[in-house]
Amino acid sequence: MHIIVCIKQVPETTEVKINPETNTLIREGVKSIINPFDMYAIEEGIRLKEKFTGKVTVISMGPPQAEAALREAVAMGADEAILICDRAYAGSDTWATSYTLASAIRKIGSYDLILCGKQASDGDTAQVGPGISAHLDIPQVTYVKKIEEVKGSVMRVERMTEEGYEVVETPLPALFTVVKEINEPRIPSLRGMMRAKSAKIVVWSQKELQLDPKNIGLCGSPTQVVKIFTPPQRTGGQILHGEVDEVARKLVELLKDEVI
Amino acid sequence: MAIQVLIEKCNGCSLCVKACPFDAIRILDKKAKIDSNKCTLCGACVSVCKFKAIISERPISTCQTPNIQDYHGVWVFIEQKKGKVQPVSYELLGKARELADKLGCQVSGVLIGNELEKELNELIWRGADNIYLVEAKELAHFQDESYTKILVKLIQKYKPEILLCGATAIGRSLISRVAINIMAGLTADCTGLDIDPQKKILLQTRPAFGGNIMATIISPNYRPQMATVRHKVMQPLLRDEKRKGKIIREAFDEETYRCRTKLLDVVEEVTSLVNLAEADIIVSGGRGMGKAENFKLLEELAQVLGAAVGASRAAVDAGWMPYSHQVGQTGRTVAPKIYFACGISGQIQHLVGMSSSKIIVAINKDPEAPIFKVATYGIVGDLFQVIPVLTQRFKEVLRK
Repeated sequence: MHIIVCIKQVPETTEVKINPETNTLIREGVKSIINPFDMYAIEEGIRLKEKFTGKVTVISMGPPQAEAALREAVAMGADEAILICDRAYAGSDTWATSYTLASAIRKIGSYDLILCGKQASDGDTAQVGPGISAHLDIPQVTYVKKIEEVKGSVMRVERMTEEGYEVVETPLPALFTVVKEINEPRIPSLRGMMRAKSAKIVVWSQKELQLDPKNIGLCGSPTQVVKIFTPPQRTGGQILHGEVDEVARKLVELLKDEVI
Repeated sequence: MAIQVLIEKCNGCSLCVKACPFDAIRILDKKAKIDSNKCTLCGACVSVCKFKAIISERPISTCQTPNIQDYHGVWVFIEQKKGKVQPVSYELLGKARELADKLGCQVSGVLIGNELEKELNELIWRGADNIYLVEAKELAHFQDESYTKILVKLIQKYKPEILLCGATAIGRSLISRVAINIMAGLTADCTGLDIDPQKKILLQTRPAFGGNIMATIISPNYRPQMATVRHKVMQPLLRDEKRKGKIIREAFDEETYRCRTKLLDVVEEVTSLVNLAEADIIVSGGRGMGKAENFKLLEELAQVLGAAVGASRAAVDAGWMPYSHQVGQTGRTVAPKIYFACGISGQIQHLVGMSSSKIIVAINKDPEAPIFKVATYGIVGDLFQVIPVLTQRFKEVLRK
């Protein structure tokens, strides 16, 4: 089984802090990590490989430093890693990003399954996963929380919904976006880390991919950002003081109109 | 080069350095310098520069939606489950009405499913002028491929200029696929939608970088301009039973309904009385709850208030509550009228998932807990004492 996992390098948000004086982000020392949701996709890919044999290829589109994210995936157990990197791809929105990733996947060749995290923690759009499957015209199942059964080239999975879950069966190749519930990502072994250190990260630029210029980067992005601003910060309100009975009464009084 | 600093205009004021979300600008010799390896061409520096010293040249798009002037009207994808229209769709109709009135055009809903007759009046009373209705047995339940094909065909046939959709499990999955197929711009999780009075285009505002920054996004050259919006962000219109509307029934061949995935079962987990995303009130517990059994306290309060029960990541990781109840960055984002945070310290990952709630009530032993910085009302105290009394008080008030 050949599983392709798409990952993104994102800033580690625990360290994102606002400078109260300037109301801007403090980014000094903010580490880059693999998008937390993509960790579940990598883990699931490796588990499938371990169970059914085959290989896991991780791909990422990003700046040269995104190579570190790919190495981490190799340390966990991915076999091959490809970085899609070119200034021509800068400024891509979700349309152009999913086009570029889908084109790279076509170049990779045959595969059985594509796995993505349900969304990236920095952009939060959840659009690139379904976007890739739309470009490749393969079936998709989003918010997968469990792979129930693999039978030949058919998979049965559980898809999370607001109320519970659905059981969906799909022929392969297909694309799944996965949620946290699906597994517990492993810590890379020492051997894995050694392997990752010397692993070859293949870099594909526009020279290798030869994509239609009107579908990539800014040109291939229907959306454009026209304004970025800092929202008014929420500030703390009122602390209720007193004995338990008293504060409870005060609070109920304050909320009465909203509750009824 | 798509972005550049005009050296003669730049005076090294460093406003752009602060505005750059990617830490890509440095001041060298009193001039801004952009690191092209870090820059994503987002344009934040362009809008912040007071001296017009940074220009972004967007390549002239050779592709745009052909016959762009033919696109009219505001559409809402109406989400239904088991034949029942979901509340988010009424909220979107309310917003669509406002946008359409500014543009001077009509509001249409697209409703796909089976046996939906009973839902039609309500949609019209809540703001729709037209309903495009596609009914078939095979369409009773949402499926990515068939719904995508139908929506794409309807868009190609009727050419709406704006399409809104709920940012739900169904909506996000469907609309992302549609946007690719018709090459349209799509903006996720908008918290603000408006019409640019001059250009008559859709201004889509959404939080970025965990809500620390807001971005306004446009798709001027492509139609429809597509956006998703979460539950509870927009207001539904009051029902007006005098409103009239038109039902347009669309039939498709079976080829369009065909779908490679097969839905085998729909399982509803009855761990909570109220769906977290739709709840007006949420009572959430965190590490301070101590153990799984203690969530009973929250459930009792929730029952009295008709609220849903939520949990922080700490409580879910400890196995006290199922993941489907998790609020925060790796769980659900919610925006209820009242959010009770009980024994939740308020890590940034939790805050991004609930800080757009109208009222936040924090109950925590630790007066230094960050949750108090965002709470509308805070109680510093032992939740095991406070909550039972609170439950009792609400019971008394609501009985009257």
